[in-house]
Amino acid sequence: MKALHDFVKKFEPAKDNKLAHTTFDAFYTFLFQPDAVTTDGTHIKDGMDLKRLMVHVVLALQLLYVFGTWNIGHQHFLALGEHTGLLEGFHLKVVYGLIQILPIFVVTHVVGLGVEFIYAAKKGHSVEEGFLVSGALIPLIMPPDIPLVWLAISIIFAVILGKEAFGGTGMNIWNVALLARVFIFFAYPTTISGDEVWVSGIEKVGTEYFAASYGWAHNFFDWIFSGVGLSQFGAGGQAVVDGWTGATPLGIAAKEGWEGVTAVYSTDAMFFGGIPGSIGEMSVPLIIIGMVFLIVTKIADYRVIFGGLIGFVVCALMMNAIAPPMDALTADTPGVFKFMAIPWYYQMIMGSFLFAITFMATDPVSSADTPTGKWIYGFLIAFIGLIIRVMNPAYPEGWMLSILLMNTFAPLIDHYVYEANMKRRAKRTSLMAEQRSQLITMRNENN
Amino acid sequence: MKSLKRLTGILSMMMLVNLTFQSQAQADGSNLLFYGLAAVALLIFFFIVISVADNFMVIESNESGINGDKANMGLYPKLSEIFSKKAPAYLEGEHTYQLSKGYDIPLEGKPSNDVDGAGSVTRFAAMPPDFIGLMPIPKVVVAVGDSVKAGDVLYFDKKKDRIKFVAPVSGEVIEINRGNQRAIASIVILADKDQVSRSYTLPAESASREELVEFLLESGAWAGIRQRPYNVVADPEVTPRDIFVSTFSTAPLAADSKLQVAGREDVFQAGIDVLARLTPGLVYLGLDGREKGKTAFSAVNGAEKRYFIGAHPAGNVGVQMHHIHPVGAGEDTVWTLDVNAVLLIGELFKNGRFSSERVVALAGAPLSAPRHVRTYAGANLGELLKGEAFENTRIISGDVLTGKAVGAEGYLGYHEDQVTVLKEGNEAEIFGWLLPLKPRASVSATIPTFSDVEATTNTHGEKRAFVVNNVYETVMPMDVYTQQLMKSIMVQDFESMEGLGIYELVEEDVALAEFTCVSKQPLQSILRDGLNIMLEQG
Repeated sequence: MKALHDFVKKFEPAKDNKLAHTTFDAFYTFLFQPDAVTTDGTHIKDGMDLKRLMVHVVLALQLLYVFGTWNIGHQHFLALGEHTGLLEGFHLKVVYGLIQILPIFVVTHVVGLGVEFIYAAKKGHSVEEGFLVSGALIPLIMPPDIPLVWLAISIIFAVILGKEAFGGTGMNIWNVALLARVFIFFAYPTTISGDEVWVSGIEKVGTEYFAASYGWAHNFFDWIFSGVGLSQFGAGGQAVVDGWTGATPLGIAAKEGWEGVTAVYSTDAMFFGGIPGSIGEMSVPLIIIGMVFLIVTKIADYRVIFGGLIGFVVCALMMNAIAPPMDALTADTPGVFKFMAIPWYYQMIMGSFLFAITFMATDPVSSADTPTGKWIYGFLIAFIGLIIRVMNPAYPEGWMLSILLMNTFAPLIDHYVYEANMKRRAKRTSLMAEQRSQLITMRNENN
Repeated sequence: MKSLKRLTGILSMMMLVNLTFQSQAQADGSNLLFYGLAAVALLIFFFIVISVADNFMVIESNESGINGDKANMGLYPKLSEIFSKKAPAYLEGEHTYQLSKGYDIPLEGKPSNDVDGAGSVTRFAAMPPDFIGLMPIPKVVVAVGDSVKAGDVLYFDKKKDRIKFVAPVSGEVIEINRGNQRAIASIVILADKDQVSRSYTLPAESASREELVEFLLESGAWAGIRQRPYNVVADPEVTPRDIFVSTFSTAPLAADSKLQVAGREDVFQAGIDVLARLTPGLVYLGLDGREKGKTAFSAVNGAEKRYFIGAHPAGNVGVQMHHIHPVGAGEDTVWTLDVNAVLLIGELFKNGRFSSERVVALAGAPLSAPRHVRTYAGANLGELLKGEAFENTRIISGDVLTGKAVGAEGYLGYHEDQVTVLKEGNEAEIFGWLLPLKPRASVSATIPTFSDVEATTNTHGEKRAFVVNNVYETVMPMDVYTQQLMKSIMVQDFESMEGLGIYELVEEDVALAEFTCVSKQPLQSILRDGLNIMLEQG
């Protein structure tokens, strides 16, 4: 180990070459925990550092990456009516998914880390690990066909204006991954909304949908698959199955309510995640596994998550109360009432609430600081997010906007928690002063 | 109670609204609405009846004077009664505080209960930097070559010249060392084989408080009294509200205070009796609630005894004060003492001699036999640890959280009763952040510790900006928002600093939070900066 360490250290560039040194330092501290010792203050330090904290979120996302990769392919072939079984054409689905997701992943990290490295060199501090999580989250919340140029622009925007402008990791007031998505959402609205964007590799020609032709990479894999006798991609260009729309459950629910949704997607498919949508936000059981992992390891704060769950249920119940009951809906009922009538447990498996509240809202930088504040923060994210989802037809999903909104208000929530703390402390002290004078009277009487 | 009622109200309102809306839409809804309303009305009626009865009972018990602060005369249990843990049976009837937050760092090298005499130590030092709130260059009244008795004055502060600082042992002054900007770093005494104490004329039993204070100042026992806020040497012009003594230390590898007081129980009692005459208020004794049965401390008379059950920092006097009666700004000052300072005062009054004798823990994994030794204040660490090999180790006067790394040539700090030896962690570890193979202590569930670990001085990460993962709150058994306090110190927001409780804290109270910090922020030095600013502002 020592030999390897010395070997790596040999390549350390001079300190005056800032960019090179910062880059070296970033990779060095990734490979090794440095040999730095404590100088003042406590002589021993906890084994936990920010890198380890952040990497646990990345670990919690791994199952979603695997599932998301498969699901990109699965949705593609489902639209074409081929390999409709879950494990049919598994190799094709995974390869198809990988060909879509790998460029997104690589571009995200090259661009994001590139900006981080340049800023770290300019400001003369070491590269901070915030982008470890942002970089893992961003691919999962993008549509699978996102043009890479726009992805790159949105990441540059998010990292520079969202983070570096405030001073780097730990100083940013908004969630960086969501800023990237919100940039794409508003700058290229057609890319991230509408029906056809959530399934990969489908082209609209006139009013008809066709599969896009497969590229060289697919042809290369076809060559391999034909060699081992597996099914192949083919040339592409075939028409989608009759009646396919590519709409997500939320898109349908806004117009036709729960009945419309279940006509297209089964409840089970929505629960397990075999439906179109952002790459990693679909599978409820896998998200819950990640959620439990983060709560048990105390990486994510359970208060935000449970506060969010409560807020979600309360908001959904209130909407149920306002809307007519499910069985009284008619064809003439406005779409928004149909949406509002959906009970909370069905609301929860549609869309990406669980993903957002587990991985986005619990960001340990942009969320509220105080334990009490975290309950309120989580509650309001869910409450406001559901209102945006249901009542605003322009936005198919509300979590991105509600989390950014509550990021903005988190310091305000904290401010009132601190004020309450100051008042409580003053009150406590005066109560104790009373007890003390009683004790002194008792003592003097006894003497 | 109030919040519970409000919650019930809101819930029933929501139920009502829900029912109303749902029934409107249904053809046969009127029935459902009626039954629903009737059920809610019935519930509310019963609730009101019970609440009124409950209130009458409480009022009645108040009027007849049987409602003490502990007894709950209402029908409903208080929330705190449901959730708080029951105090153990042996603390029945005592004031007990159960602190659920905190962390005992599992370290190897706990000192055994053997107490050795430390005959080998010959050099002892008095160090002015041990005391906070004094001028950097005191007036030294001895010269190299002078011979002194234990208790003879060595130096005093140029401003607060009533407080005398004295020799811990009798012997010959052999060095006066100067540090930065010619400040006095230490005055070293080569100890005599047979210790001689200065003789005193003790103040009478009936002596006034002023006479008592004057005697303590002149005798040098005053130096052990510290004043909160700020943890400075007590100001003789101030009459403290109360005096707090913590009789146990929960710090990592701390010395066992039972050994320190063993055989000197009467001396300790004498010290407490003197303290009671110094304040018009109360003398509080913080005791370890985890100790079963009678101890030397639970037998003490004339002090208010408070039991604390919990992990570190439950033994910190600041944490105990927070739960008993916190200090605030201005006139609201208290004094704190440790067991050794009380023993020193007791020795003066009981036996009429100055003795800085103390039992010191020698702890840490690199030591061959971690144990306790009997020595005097300011002992030389190298001589205390004679026979041990020091290779790539750090020798600390104090514990691993708050002590000073002074090395083998350094001396035991005045307020310290512990020497800790740690292995230096100057070794890079491959993927140490991802796969921590070498043992390390951590409060995080992601780094499980199954047994005591041999901790090193490695920082385990680099310094980063604060993040809000609330890890401080898990180890701070105080109602204080540590991180926000640190931030308000950094931006010098005086009102927030006061409001968030800077007066209640000293370095040792936030030391554990500094240990757990994932951003590796130096909380203790930030806090000291803040305290210094407040001290300057008055």
